[in-house]
Amino acid sequence: MLERGEVANSWRRERWDSLRLLTPNWLSRLPGLRYEGPDPDGYMTVGEVTELIERFAAASSAPVRSGTNVTSVRHTDDGYRVATSGGEIRCRTVVIASGACNRPVVPQFADGVPATVEQFTPFDYRDPAKLPDGGVLVVGASATGVQLAAEIKRSGRPVTLSVGEHVRLPRRYRGRDVLWWMDASGVWDQRYDELDDLTRARRLPSPQLVGTPERSTLDLNALTALGVELVGRWAMVRDGRALFSGGLRNVFSLADLKMNRLLDSFDEWALTSGRDAEFDSPERFAPTLVPASTSLQLDLGSGEIAAIVWATGFRPDYGWLDVPVVDAKGQLRHDGGVVDSPGLYVLGLPVLRRRKSTFIYGIEDDAREVIDHLARYLAARG
Amino acid sequence: MTTVADNGVNVQALLDARDALKSAPEAAQFTWRASSKWQGGVHTNITVQDFFGLGQEQSHLEEATFEADHPEVFAATDKGITPIEYLLVGLASCLSAGVASVAQNRGIQLRSVEAIVEGHHDIRGILGADSDVRNGFNDVKVTFNIDADASKEDIEALVAQSQKRSAVFDALSNPTNITVEVA
Repeated sequence: MLERGEVANSWRRERWDSLRLLTPNWLSRLPGLRYEGPDPDGYMTVGEVTELIERFAAASSAPVRSGTNVTSVRHTDDGYRVATSGGEIRCRTVVIASGACNRPVVPQFADGVPATVEQFTPFDYRDPAKLPDGGVLVVGASATGVQLAAEIKRSGRPVTLSVGEHVRLPRRYRGRDVLWWMDASGVWDQRYDELDDLTRARRLPSPQLVGTPERSTLDLNALTALGVELVGRWAMVRDGRALFSGGLRNVFSLADLKMNRLLDSFDEWALTSGRDAEFDSPERFAPTLVPASTSLQLDLGSGEIAAIVWATGFRPDYGWLDVPVVDAKGQLRHDGGVVDSPGLYVLGLPVLRRRKSTFIYGIEDDAREVIDHLARYLAARG
Repeated sequence: MTTVADNGVNVQALLDARDALKSAPEAAQFTWRASSKWQGGVHTNITVQDFFGLGQEQSHLEEATFEADHPEVFAATDKGITPIEYLLVGLASCLSAGVASVAQNRGIQLRSVEAIVEGHHDIRGILGADSDVRNGFNDVKVTFNIDADASKEDIEALVAQSQKRSAVFDALSNPTNITVEVA
C-alpha cells in the first residue's frame, strides 16, 4: 500500500477545521472496527476520522509504505511498472485507491475575477477568521458550499451563495437520521448495473447535509433564515461583473420534487417492510423559499465582495497514470472497478458498484468483489 | 390494463441521437439562422429556412416568414408582433416541446398542454427615460395548464425537467455572448 504522505493524509491536510462526517458514527465503520463510543448518532470530526483510519491501519496490519509518492504507472508485458519517490516497483496488478477528489474544480471564468478579490477552494480554506474582512461569495450549494456559507455567515460576514442544481435532504426524517433511511430502505445498496442512468448517478452532487451535535437541517431555507443571500448559478464574468442565472426557481423545484420522491419511497418502504409503526408520522417540509428578488449580477470590483470560496466540486487526478484508460472528461474507464487494462483496478469512486461506494463503510462490498476479480485474474495466469 | 403513452414524440430517435453524439461531439454543433430585411418604419421581415447541423447544411421543409413590427400604442404600423414577443413565442414552444418529450419518455399520456407566457417589461429602459431600468424583461412568468394521466407532482416534475433541458429557457435565463458586426 503506497501512501504519498501519512496514513489518512487527505483528512489531515485537505479538510477545513470544522468539518465533520455526514454519516453518523454507527455507520462510519470499517471491517472489524465498529463504533463503540458513547455517541453512535453523532458525527466524527476530522481528527476522529484520522484516528479511526490510523486505528484501522494498525488493526489490519496493512503493509503501508507512507511518504511514497507514485509518479508513474506504466503497463509492461507481464504487469505494471510503478515509479515512486521511494524507487520502482514491478507488479502484476495495481489497485488505484486515490479517490475522486484530488483537485478542486474551479470554472474557467475564475480567470476574469479581479485580483482585488481573494479566491479560496475547499483545499485552502480553513476557517472564517482567515478570510479577508468583507463580503464573501460562496459558489456551489452542495454539502461543502452550504456548510461553508453557514459558517462564514455566522462569523459576521455578508454571504452570497450561488446555487445551481443541488440535492436537498432533511437531516432527520420521522425521528431517524436521513442516512439511516438511505441505508435501511436499500437506496445505498442499489447496484451500478441496475441504475437507469449510471452517468447521472455518478455525477450526483453531495447532498445538502451537515453533521452537527444539534443534528440540524442545513437546506437553503435554513441559510435564508441565517441571512445568506441566494443567487442563481454563476454563468460568466463580463467586465468584472459576475453574471448569475435567472433559473434559480427551477433548481429549487427540481430539488424539492426529488426530495419528496425520496421521502415517498422511504414511507413506502416503511409500510412494505412492516416497520411503519416504529417511526414518527410521515412529514413533508416547506418548499424552498424563493427570494422576492434575486441579483442577476454582482460588481466584483466594487469592494462588496472581498473573497470567493469555490465549492464547485472536485475531480480525480490521473496525471501519474501512463496507461490510456482516462476518457476525454478525465474519468477512468472502468466497469465496476475493473479498469479497461488487464490487471488494473480501482476502488472508492462514486457509484463504483453501489450507491454507497464512496462511504467509509460502503467500500467493503465493492472491495470484496473487485479483489475477487483480481484474484481470479492472477489465478488464471498461474 | 396498460396502454402505451403516445404524445407523438419519437423519443427513441432522441435517445439514439444522444448516444451517437456522445462519441461524435462535432456532429452535435448546430448553427441556426434567421435573415431579416427592413421594410420601413419599425417593420422588419424575417425568413428562416436553412441551418447547419450533423456536419452539413440542412433545410426546413419550407421557408418560414415572420413579420415583426410594433403596436399602434408605439405609434407604429403593427404589421407583426413586437420583437420581444418572439422571445415569448420561443419560450412557450420550447417548454411545451420539452413537456411532450419528457412525458413520452416517462410514459405519461398528455391530453392537453397549454401555457400562458408573460414577460414583464418596463419600457422606460428602451426609451432611455430612466438609465436604471434595463431594456429587456424584468421577469418572465410561464403558467402551464396540463391535462394528463399523471399526479400533480408528476406533472410538476415534467415541467421542471422541461426547463432543465430547454434551449430557450437557458438562452433567456443565462448570459450569452453576442457579436454584432457590420459586413
